[in-house]
Amino acid sequence: MQLGDIITTRIDEVVKWGRKFSLWPMPFGTACCAIEFMGVVSSHFDISRFGAELVRFSPRQADLLLVMGTVNYKQAPILKRIYEQMCEPKWVISMGACASSGGFYDNYSVVQGIDEIIPVDVYVPGCPPRPEQLLDAVIKLQQKLQGIKEEN
Amino acid sequence: MQLALNRLKETFGDSILETHSCLGNETAVVEKEKIVEVIRFLRDTQGLEFNFMMDLAGADYPERSERFEVIYHLYSLSTKKRVRIKVRVPEANPVVPSITSLYKAANWFEREAFDMYGIRFDGHPNLKRILTFDEFEGYPLRKDYPVNKRPKIPTPDPLIKV
Ligand code: SF4
Repeated sequence: MQLGDIITTRIDEVVKWGRKFSLWPMPFGTACCAIEFMGVVSSHFDISRFGAELVRFSPRQADLLLVMGTVNYKQAPILKRIYEQMCEPKWVISMGACASSGGFYDNYSVVQGIDEIIPVDVYVPGCPPRPEQLLDAVIKLQQKLQGIKEEN
Repeated sequence: MQLALNRLKETFGDSILETHSCLGNETAVVEKEKIVEVIRFLRDTQGLEFNFMMDLAGADYPERSERFEVIYHLYSLSTKKRVRIKVRVPEANPVVPSITSLYKAANWFEREAFDMYGIRFDGHPNLKRILTFDEFEGYPLRKDYPVNKRPKIPTPDPLIKV
């Protein structure tokens, strides 16, 4: 046995490390932002570089809920139920102005931010956000999973 | 050009309250009791043949004594002409006869006008909200609907019927 053959760590550190590179996103795409997500998964931006390319269309099989687009009041209970159907642990990224705050739809029909219904881990500004911004959000979430505090 | 309006005036006389025609846009305001007959006449009369109901919408004019208006846009696929028919209803009794018996396409349009303005369509087979949800209070496109009013998030999942 040589030096470097063994490393010691804590089990939860290994679990965190594993989790952060194997996020399985569930896209809840309701509007234009979801189109931008297609760019994020495709080869040019390639979200699989960050281990989050396994897009699942069943909330039972996903641990990262990506809410991309305008969510109206009629849809709110559906979004809530999909969140509840996901197994713990689970995280939420709110992509775009609409999902984060209602955006310019300041009216009777649109929920003024999905955090009125479900908890959100990372908000992404923009209308729509650039693909890099969503990648940045994934990286921020990974840092959060590893327990790294943001420095600024 | 004014063929449709003239035919309407000949046939319905005083039930046609107003007409105007500008650059080929022909509009007639008719009594609401006569709306089904008028639309049927426009659809079935040879030479008019307005066989395509393009649009049906509500409108709110709070300053008028007859506050709401229902607007019908008809198009003739054979003569390529359009005509616009309007009926006016007061706030106290906003009821208009449904034209779903003439055009099935009117079904969802009338539901939309009901949902947004609270105009009721007499004889509609399924007059319930179409864009908002059942528990929604008020009619959001009325001019006096408060701009900042937000509905309560509906609690029961609309996908699951108990
Ligand atoms: S934030 Fe902009 S791009 Fe995204 S869903 Fe809303 S309107 Fe569309």
